[in-house]
Amino acid sequence: MKFADFICNEAIRPKLNADEKSAVIRELVEALAESGEVNRSDTDAIFSAIMKREELGSTGIGRGVAVPHTKHASVKKPVGTVGVSADGIDFNSLDGGHVQLFFLLISPPDRPGDHLRALENISRQLQDDMFCKFLKQSKTAKDISQLLEEADNNQFVS
Amino acid sequence: MSEPNERQSVTVTIVNPQGLHARPADMFVKLAGRFQAEIQIVKDNQQVDGKSILSLLTLAAEQGSELTISATGPDASQAMLALAELVEAGFDDAHDGQLATES
Repeated sequence: MKFADFICNEAIRPKLNADEKSAVIRELVEALAESGEVNRSDTDAIFSAIMKREELGSTGIGRGVAVPHTKHASVKKPVGTVGVSADGIDFNSLDGGHVQLFFLLISPPDRPGDHLRALENISRQLQDDMFCKFLKQSKTAKDISQLLEEADNNQFVS
Repeated sequence: MSEPNERQSVTVTIVNPQGLHARPADMFVKLAGRFQAEIQIVKDNQQVDGKSILSLLTLAAEQGSELTISATGPDASQAMLALAELVEAGFDDAHDGQLATES
């Protein structure tokens, strides 16, 4: 699976306004609703489900990266977006560090394989230091969508 | 008796329906981190570090996938057994299924 298969470019937020964990999640879920990827009426339920998942263990997996996610019937395929916070946000990360890069993902409940393949793609690309560095330096949604496209074309992972 | 630094391995099957998603990977890495042993996981032709969540997630291991856990180091046997048990118990992943159907 590639970024192009699940990342909604219109929902990318290169400069997150939020400065704490729940507000980041809210902002990215709203971004997906604004771009029409999820139903407006489902945003509260999706937000709550993602927060509930975070209570089980933070998805801040280290290296300044978090992948908040949930499974929800509002989507028929994995749908995601990217947010960047230049200052970083306390996300109760596993390594204790602040998070600059957020990949928020919503997957359909009945397709666990698709969820795994979306996570696989995100994890594989995030292992590349240059990819992370360029993402953190991105100023516009266009910069980010171009980076994702380059990643899809295997320009980062050797 | 095997030598303490001999590499040991065991093959296990992912049994939980949701597969090796983020939380099981987190549980695996936390457990692996309690051991000094170096731990590698192999799926098909892919080999990754058993102490890194990002690495484990790149396996995209679905239910039914076979993983070979191999360990080397002073507590390799204990590490291997504990990790195999975690995988075979389905990572205690029932809760995740509930979340999926609730929402």
